[in-house]
Amino acid sequence: MMTVAVHEGRNAAERAWRGFGGSRWRERVDVREFIQANYTPYEGDGSFLAGPTERTRAVWAAVAGLFPEERRKGVLDVDAATPSTITSHAPGYIDKDRELIVGLQTDAPLKRAIMPGGGLRMVENGLRAYGYEPDPFVTRVFGTYRKTHNDGVFDAYTPEMRSARKAGIITGLPDAYGRGRIIGDYRRVALYGTARLVEAKRAERALLDAEPSTAEVIRDREELAEQIRALGELEQMAASYGCDVSRPARTAHEAVQWLYLGFLGAVKEQNGAAMSLGRTSTFLDVYLQRDLDEGVIDESRAQELIDDFVVKLRIVRFLRTPEYDALFSGDPTWVTESIGGIGADGRPLVTRTSFRFLQTLYNLGPAPEPNLTVMWSPKLPAGFKRFCAQASIDTSSIQYESDELMRPVTGDDTAIACCVSAMTVGRQMQFFGARVNLAKALLYAINGGRDELTGEQIAPPTTPLTGEYLDYDELYAAYDRTLDWLAATYVDALNVIHYMHDKYAYERLEMALHDHPVHRTMACGIAGLSVAADSLSAVRHARVRVIRDAAGLAVDYVAEGGPEAYPAYGNNDDRADGIAVGLVRSFMAKVRRHPAYRNAEHTQSVLTITSNVVYGKHTGNTPDGRRAGAPFAPGANPMNGRDRHGMAASALSVAKLPYDHARDGISLTSTVTPEGLGHDPAERAEHLVGVLDGYVAAGGFHMNVNVLDRATLEDAMEHPEKYPELTIRVSGYAVNFIRLTREQQLDVIGRTFHDSR
Amino acid sequence: MNTVEKVAAPVGRIHSWDLSTGVDGPGTRFVLFVSGCPLRCLYCANPDTWHMRDGRRATADEVMARIEQHRPFLEAAGGGVTLSGGEPLLQARFAEEVLRRCRARGLHTALDTSGVLGARAGSALLAHTNLVLLDVKSYDHAAYRRLTGGRLAPTLAFARRLERLHVPVWVRYVLVPGWTDDDDAVDGLGTFLAGLGNVERVDVLPFHKLGAAKYEALGIPFPLRDTPVPDRGLVRRVRDRFTAHGLRAC
Repeated sequence: MMTVAVHEGRNAAERAWRGFGGSRWRERVDVREFIQANYTPYEGDGSFLAGPTERTRAVWAAVAGLFPEERRKGVLDVDAATPSTITSHAPGYIDKDRELIVGLQTDAPLKRAIMPGGGLRMVENGLRAYGYEPDPFVTRVFGTYRKTHNDGVFDAYTPEMRSARKAGIITGLPDAYGRGRIIGDYRRVALYGTARLVEAKRAERALLDAEPSTAEVIRDREELAEQIRALGELEQMAASYGCDVSRPARTAHEAVQWLYLGFLGAVKEQNGAAMSLGRTSTFLDVYLQRDLDEGVIDESRAQELIDDFVVKLRIVRFLRTPEYDALFSGDPTWVTESIGGIGADGRPLVTRTSFRFLQTLYNLGPAPEPNLTVMWSPKLPAGFKRFCAQASIDTSSIQYESDELMRPVTGDDTAIACCVSAMTVGRQMQFFGARVNLAKALLYAINGGRDELTGEQIAPPTTPLTGEYLDYDELYAAYDRTLDWLAATYVDALNVIHYMHDKYAYERLEMALHDHPVHRTMACGIAGLSVAADSLSAVRHARVRVIRDAAGLAVDYVAEGGPEAYPAYGNNDDRADGIAVGLVRSFMAKVRRHPAYRNAEHTQSVLTITSNVVYGKHTGNTPDGRRAGAPFAPGANPMNGRDRHGMAASALSVAKLPYDHARDGISLTSTVTPEGLGHDPAERAEHLVGVLDGYVAAGGFHMNVNVLDRATLEDAMEHPEKYPELTIRVSGYAVNFIRLTREQQLDVIGRTFHDSR
Repeated sequence: MNTVEKVAAPVGRIHSWDLSTGVDGPGTRFVLFVSGCPLRCLYCANPDTWHMRDGRRATADEVMARIEQHRPFLEAAGGGVTLSGGEPLLQARFAEEVLRRCRARGLHTALDTSGVLGARAGSALLAHTNLVLLDVKSYDHAAYRRLTGGRLAPTLAFARRLERLHVPVWVRYVLVPGWTDDDDAVDGLGTFLAGLGNVERVDVLPFHKLGAAKYEALGIPFPLRDTPVPDRGLVRRVRDRFTAHGLRAC
């Protein structure tokens, strides 16, 4: 915990903190303590909410008017000549006279910046893909004088890591792009102001100065120096917008603005895969409530401030390559905001501002960002639960994560980074590790470490399985050995990546908004869980014959008796679900055996985002009957069409996966038709509340909820212009459906829609 | 298990199970579909449940073990168990046993039936039933016979009996253009239902053809292949007619 020295800013603080209770947070940086001492739980319904004002409509219309052109061109505009830093760009506005909350990543809305620190090639490919020429000066600087993260990683990768990466058994690694998934505690900027935060950082640094100068201590000292520098740059950038963030925010308007400027500094500096916001609504509610009580603002103004903030969050953009888009489609930024939950003292953390954030889906229309995430507990107030469920039904823009599972582990100031990664805000960060392909690993086990598509030896050679039929015990033993190798290679590769990311693309500002020392996790991940589990179930419960090519490579499988001959994961049937649970436990144990960079705590996720399509494309026929190239199910989902007993049964299978062995999150995407939630539209929200309560009570971690007709999606494919706002939830985030690739659209449409029969 | 229990344990013929939300009674429910039905409704979406002999043999113990697996979820979700089919009353003893055991475990129970075999539902069975989903196919005697191959009278008698026993009823009415959209028949049914004190709602279910693939797989013709599904206006109109009788129509 940082100690904050009392200094001449005391008066500024007293004015800003008028009327606030609690003491600990005044003496040291502790936003959670501030929230607990000052927030007003709200147990009512959404009837107090205000609609959009003319001003809000006008600002949103100004920026929304740019979307069609952006969609057509891929990017609206790029500043190709200015590597982005916190202070690189002059102020930009959407509509200077009308905006309440100001600040853009560059000098114009939707104009993207370049961030070559992650990798020059990514920037150049990104520019060329959209018809821009790389800037010669930038190329010279980052090609000649300034090494990038990407260069560093490839200097240190081993041949084995390279071939595992190339074969696609370990993929999506953040070795050429920003790792993201770090949440700065942007609330600190509003509550304390940067001057005080710098002081606290200096105090942390003073402790390090007393330590012997080992490699670790030197690195920490350098990082703290960078953090302090970044806070200074934030102050400078904010000043260019006329805001003095060196002092604490005095009003709700300032609190929203200061917090946003902190976040803006982060997205100016880092092109992270996920740039999540944290858990801000209840924090901001303290300020909004104070201004409401003082009679300075009314409900309409309170809503306007949140609406305007959300407008800004919706237009965060990064320059990315088409290959990146193939993995993570729809231009996601994962500006995840975690809402609701229950406090350690049992009071709900739901405030009026929790509602106000969700209300933006109505005031501005549905949209994929910010990634609105409700921390669900059956103990949440009924009015809030119903409001969330109704918003899901109306917009398909909300995801739910179990507050009951997270609170005991990461506390009641937990926020989600990206899709499902829980972390204590300001005290914890993660090393994002993408994922390995468990389905492909199973094929390697059968083929003695050779790739089923190319025949190349990727894993160390082992004896291939040669029987006409697969034998479960023999297969499981071979698979176990393959996974041992995979886990070792994987953790090693991640260590290389994060060493280099810290060295060449360190998140200065985001880390300045964390305590030192910070708790780190090494977030490993698995894809293809349902394919692997079903394949093993087929071998165990049916007879699976192997078809080999002339070179003896197993290339196809016939499960005798057809696809219903074995129990499949997704039907609340322990015979298959138990296999999936076993795989999660076993791979986690294997990962833990390998030391992680900076003593990070090992975790894993069962999450794919949209990459399930690409992983499937790179994986041959599998023993469960899945055809080569066919997409995997996303995240922890059962395979499409094999969950035959309805949405809830499918969810109950997923709920069995143990969170303790998948602390980086377990993602389930459910799509249900409106009829599938009840014959009577008036009852559907209540029914969805019941499903979420039941799922969380059964130990489920995460659920994306889509309430959609297949026909709507099919029509949107044919007539995208009719559906500019159609938002759907996909494995941990939301996307604009019409911005998915055609392949991904077909994948979404091909998934199980739970209907009323 | 000893021999006596084995002999005594009722065995059913079941088709499948599902968890469904808001369409088979209140909340999210475990729905057990039993096999066998005496009717042959022209619009039937589940022709694979017509014959009892096609079903899988299952003991009440087996079924209860499966339900038990879902109990924490059903309780948290505010749901229960629904017996459907097929016609559950074709296997009344088995149905009674499952309903009894569900009630003993505190689960809300619903019976989804056409009422044609209502006479087979003993008072014990109905005592273990929290809700009857009564599927009234038509209120016109001749149309009923043409549409289902069975008689309407037993269903109406069953409905009156349920009223006497104070068993709550949700009526289901499948709306098939040209078959069940006749204003007089709808009004007739509306008058009848409004006269009962135990009808909590009427679900007007638009006819759909999602079962067509099943007919194809079974190699039997789908009689209403060319019948159109009702448009929204028609559905609204029929709902309004029921509402006009003071019923809650959804």
